[in-house]
Amino acid sequence: MSRTFLGLPVPRRTGGARTLPDDVDRPGGHGTSSGPGAASDAFGDVPHPDAPLRWGDTFPDAAREALQNTQLRRNLAHATSTIRAKRAAVVDEVPDWEALRDAGSAIKTDVMARLPELLEELERSVVARGGVVHWARDADEANRIVTGLVQAKGVDEVVKVKSMATQEIGLNEALAAEGIAAYETDLAELIVQLADDMPSHILVPAIHRNRAEIREIFLARMGDAPPDLSDVPRELAMAARAHLRRKFLSAKVAISGANFGVADTGTLTVVESEGNGRMCLTLPETLITVMGIEKVVPTYTDLEVFLQLLPRSSTGERMNPYTSLWTGVTPGDGPQEFHLVLLDNGRTDVLADEVGRAALHCIRCSACLNVCPVYERVGGHAYGSVYPGPIGAILTPQLTKSSGGMSGHRDPNASLPYASTLCGACYEVCPVKIDIPSILVELRAREVDADRGRPTGWGAAMKAASFVLSDARRFALAEKAAGLGRVVAGPKGRISTLPPPASGWTRSRDLPAPAKQTFRDWWRDRPSAEPGPPGHDGPEVPPNPGLGDEGEGR
Amino acid sequence: MRIALTATCLGDVMFPQAPRATALLLERLGHEVFFPASQACCGQMHVNTGYLDEAVPVVRNHVEAFSPVLDGEWDAVVVPSGSCTGSVRHQQGMVCRRAGLDDLARTAEAVAAKTYELSELLVDVLGVTDVGAYFPHRVTYHPTCHSLRMLHVGDKPVRLLRAVEGIDLVELPAAEACCGFGGTFALKNAETSTAMLADKMTHVKATGAEVLTAGDASCLLHIGGGLSRIRAGVRTLHLAEILASTKDAPAPVPTPGAATTSGGAR
Repeated sequence: MSRTFLGLPVPRRTGGARTLPDDVDRPGGHGTSSGPGAASDAFGDVPHPDAPLRWGDTFPDAAREALQNTQLRRNLAHATSTIRAKRAAVVDEVPDWEALRDAGSAIKTDVMARLPELLEELERSVVARGGVVHWARDADEANRIVTGLVQAKGVDEVVKVKSMATQEIGLNEALAAEGIAAYETDLAELIVQLADDMPSHILVPAIHRNRAEIREIFLARMGDAPPDLSDVPRELAMAARAHLRRKFLSAKVAISGANFGVADTGTLTVVESEGNGRMCLTLPETLITVMGIEKVVPTYTDLEVFLQLLPRSSTGERMNPYTSLWTGVTPGDGPQEFHLVLLDNGRTDVLADEVGRAALHCIRCSACLNVCPVYERVGGHAYGSVYPGPIGAILTPQLTKSSGGMSGHRDPNASLPYASTLCGACYEVCPVKIDIPSILVELRAREVDADRGRPTGWGAAMKAASFVLSDARRFALAEKAAGLGRVVAGPKGRISTLPPPASGWTRSRDLPAPAKQTFRDWWRDRPSAEPGPPGHDGPEVPPNPGLGDEGEGR
Repeated sequence: MRIALTATCLGDVMFPQAPRATALLLERLGHEVFFPASQACCGQMHVNTGYLDEAVPVVRNHVEAFSPVLDGEWDAVVVPSGSCTGSVRHQQGMVCRRAGLDDLARTAEAVAAKTYELSELLVDVLGVTDVGAYFPHRVTYHPTCHSLRMLHVGDKPVRLLRAVEGIDLVELPAAEACCGFGGTFALKNAETSTAMLADKMTHVKATGAEVLTAGDASCLLHIGGGLSRIRAGVRTLHLAEILASTKDAPAPVPTPGAATTSGGAR
């Protein structure tokens, strides 16, 4: 199978290199084209997905592959446990954290309730301060707008601030197709870009890499890395710094995303840690910002809430090192041309969904990824989307209309809502209180409902279980049948092999034999002289209420 | 107090030690225990797998079995399971409303308001932490996800365990991490589930405990199944079994052929 740089397996169904202009084969949007991008050598072109929100195998299959990557397992376990501890420490010291979460949730709920008017207000505010606002219905439209703006400036290279919105639309690849080179300036994003890799985390896109791997990537791909580069983090950072500084000073156009867009003032916000964002946002002559429409907040003072919630939740810092806010154009200071591209790309469909719309509250902090026991084991690539982890499991299938059978049960994104044990750790840390487990259940229900016309083993089993578990007499009969399990178990009292789908259990776990005596039978057969006060008989059930034949009535 | 017991479907057939110990414990504390015979299942498995229509008759049966608590037939309903209590409290109403059954939803929510997980009932309702138990073994406690994050039982189970005479209670590393069960997740994503289970077992083994306990039979079935497979020499007991154990009636040591989830070659 194909492998990415340094041997990270790439899912089988990925197709041609994203950088190829003729890569347009997207049957059903599943990204199954096969281009000339297959890896011919370790550092050669690597096939990339051409649909950043839907690539690769179903989650169980992709996870199975990822679980075998011991380096990935170790890197992720180390990184997520470190960041979990940092977050917990700085959240614990905030006395009104729960009130802040409530405030964040309330502001987002309000935003979703009046999104159209807030976006129009944002547009008016940005235009009034000298900016230009563009509206993009989908990825292609956004990419066309940005490409056109860059071409109008007559340049063939741009610098970029790390941005999920531009990852989501595959902007770098679209620009490359028009001969424009986009340079990622965030250190982790640079690592991913140099390795021709995909991000595996919302905030820390190269979380799946350790420093030895990063050194190897820099030496092989950076071009101007010192030949004696070691894997000491400071040396790696200095190499990237020197490499990027040349780009900052020469670039005429910068492209960013936005953490927040303030409707009443037209102010855009980017929070970051490295200062690369500040360079991009202030040095070039032209700034283009691509912002998902859900990132709008009503007023400038709302930032008070989010700028407390976001850094503590994401990097585990009290405050992030760089917070840049800009409003339109200021003569003689910073970019003299500012464009804001407002991106829909499926968001209004999510907004129309009463239950699912809470996914749009997300402020991309990635706390849910860092605490997720599933993400920690399989990493971000298994989710087949630039939005991995718990938030990805509810956002991605909604953005691609994969839940509810609209794209068919073979859509790999339809498996994402099942990629969770519903342990609730994501909900507990979410700074805007998105009830991810409940939305996962709802999306599962839609998947099931849409699939009702198709006979499935699960469907049949669940129907049968419903029949049995909704009536005590039927349940008691089933319990007797379950007693046959004791025969399977044999004298050792444990079952070690079962046929599919139960084999999924017995491959790694024993199953105890069903009890010799069910609780129901034990209760019925208890001697009345049992210690304790009288009243073992529930007077709620009259003697022999039609269950006498099975002896279940009490 | 008059207390109705939810055995849970899993507890009834696969883990009867848990509801049995719950009944004996509450009776020892001087309460009357009732087992409404028409009960079967709370519907959690159907809900969490996405089969909400199929969950409706299951939920209806549960609500009808326990609705006498609203007429004062019993003072409370106890469930020796965090996840079943969580389903009763946070899912049953939603399932009924989604099916357009608003009246049933209201009844379900009223019953849920009188339904308690075992440690909640003991500590919050009955006001006891020392239940007079005796269990001279090295024990570690796994705080199951739904007890922890759906019910927020906090340290109630640990306070109950600390008060047990003779117990050597050791802290489980990374205790709050999910064991990987997740109901049908263990089948649909069996490999990922196994990876999570492996880490949980590593932590359990690191404690040197002889017994792993928790408030959920389902998680114990999962971790216990793994411990049994690797012959870890660690057995699993429901929290109720330890609390029910006394000098006169100690929790039984498993013997070959007995239906337990204990691990280890015997």
